[in-house]
Amino acid sequence: MSLYCRIEKHFGPFRLDVEFDAGDEVVSVMGASGSGKSMTLRCIAGIEKPDAGRIVLNGRTLFDSEKKINLPPQLRRTGLLFQDPALFPNMTVLENIRLAAPRNAKVTAEQYLESYGLDLLGNRYPDQLSGGQKQRCAIARMLASEPEILMFDEPFSALDTHLRWQMEREIARTIAGFQGTVLLVSHNRDEVFRLSDRVTVLTDGKSEELRTKQDLFFRPVSYADALLTGCKNIFPASVRESEIEIPGLGLTLTCSDAPENVRYAGIRAKRMLPGYAAQPAEEYLFLNYRVLNITESIFTYIVEILPENGTKSLYWEIDKSVYAGIKDHAASVAIPRKELMLLH
Amino acid sequence: MDLFPLFNSLRISLIATLITLVTGILAAYFVARLSGAVKGILDTLLTIPMVLPPTVVGFLLLMLISPKSFLGQILKSYFDLTLTMNWYSAIFAVTIVTFPLMYRTVRAAFEAFDQNLLYAGQTLGLSDRFIFLKILLPNCKSGIIAGVVLAFARGLGEYGATSMVAGYIAGRTATVSTTVAYYWQIGLDGPAVFWVIVNLVISFAVMLTVNFYEKRRPVRKEAA
Repeated sequence: MSLYCRIEKHFGPFRLDVEFDAGDEVVSVMGASGSGKSMTLRCIAGIEKPDAGRIVLNGRTLFDSEKKINLPPQLRRTGLLFQDPALFPNMTVLENIRLAAPRNAKVTAEQYLESYGLDLLGNRYPDQLSGGQKQRCAIARMLASEPEILMFDEPFSALDTHLRWQMEREIARTIAGFQGTVLLVSHNRDEVFRLSDRVTVLTDGKSEELRTKQDLFFRPVSYADALLTGCKNIFPASVRESEIEIPGLGLTLTCSDAPENVRYAGIRAKRMLPGYAAQPAEEYLFLNYRVLNITESIFTYIVEILPENGTKSLYWEIDKSVYAGIKDHAASVAIPRKELMLLH
Repeated sequence: MDLFPLFNSLRISLIATLITLVTGILAAYFVARLSGAVKGILDTLLTIPMVLPPTVVGFLLLMLISPKSFLGQILKSYFDLTLTMNWYSAIFAVTIVTFPLMYRTVRAAFEAFDQNLLYAGQTLGLSDRFIFLKILLPNCKSGIIAGVVLAFARGLGEYGATSMVAGYIAGRTATVSTTVAYYWQIGLDGPAVFWVIVNLVISFAVMLTVNFYEKRRPVRKEAA
């Protein structure tokens, strides 16, 4: 079970240039809005045509610009779940699912209904369903067509917060029961981390090599990685001999193995500690600060601080229980050395 | 009172509407899928009869089918057939004049239709024919009905092109609108007023039907 995908497509000033090779796993496609994530899925499904490239699903060539192969979407056997459920409004839930099933379907439409908690809603029309029910019906319908790959295009974006988690569990269950490649497009870093095995990052339409989610989230290497995985503090940095200088923070640190091409340094807002709690001291960098602004979140405070010798502020997200204690101590924040991300 | 003009108008408009229903839907489907300059040009060509004076349409039509035209001569000499000055001649005129109404109304409905539903159908393996007949058409029903009513109503009232290709022959090519013109020209106000009232009644009935349908539309089919 595998998907090989190389796509080049121009539209307007934008150029999509994607290449990846996925196995029997969940691959997330991440990138800012307009970076071509949805377009990639649509090219694989065959509803958009790449200018050049090659798409091979489980050994079947779906598209090959050199060999002039371009299978119509009907023959590709790709399952694509859109942002909105795209149920046919003139048909009942049962009809929607039944018409997607091939003639000698292994599982009946009624079994899909039951599996997705829709067994009492089979005769309803789509506009009589809730948002979550519609999305479950869309998943059931996609599975009923017996696709060889599942693709989810921001499946949670149209749902309320409380439904997102339920829907995510539903998709996790669907993925677990599916044999083959699964592609997920999402903005939400938590959902990407929980659901996927590997990730490809699209920056201005260009894909980077597939990485495990741990590599991307815990060991980001580029400015784009850090931004995409939600890093709030990124500062220009430069490497000179064995020293790294971060002028914005007024910080210079020795680092013998820093790569030459470092342009930025990043630190996650949640990874900083109050100075008094950082032990042993040699594993931390300490900054004296002045508080600029405090934002209260549900479980944390997000404090904007200005380092003593720096020119740029940074965000520090502190648990409320910890926050209560820092007022009694000197205004010093500790950054774990190993949490400092060196980026190009 | 001879009701032939009413009967003739109804059959002409009905047949012309059936023709534009099929051709208008197909043209709208085809053009809605195009893009760029080709779409712009084709769209303009298909819409132009709407803004041309009906007399210009009639004149162009005569150049094509009158007994003096190339086609007219062939039909006359080989099949002894004359396409002008017959009751059905008006069908050509009415079809051309009403086509843009149907085409534009249906095209707007197709373009407003959620394209993702079509794409979803394709990725689910449904044939394009099935998607067209069972998903696109049923969900664009109100747009199509609006086009039918507009075309039919416009067809009933068509005068300019009709009078040029079919003329006014009482009991043969007379329609409601050419009859009104005829009685007015010979100064018989009585029959003219009668046919004016017939016209008003029909227009009123058509618009009432449209409004009634528009009101009913939001009520959805209840689940069994």
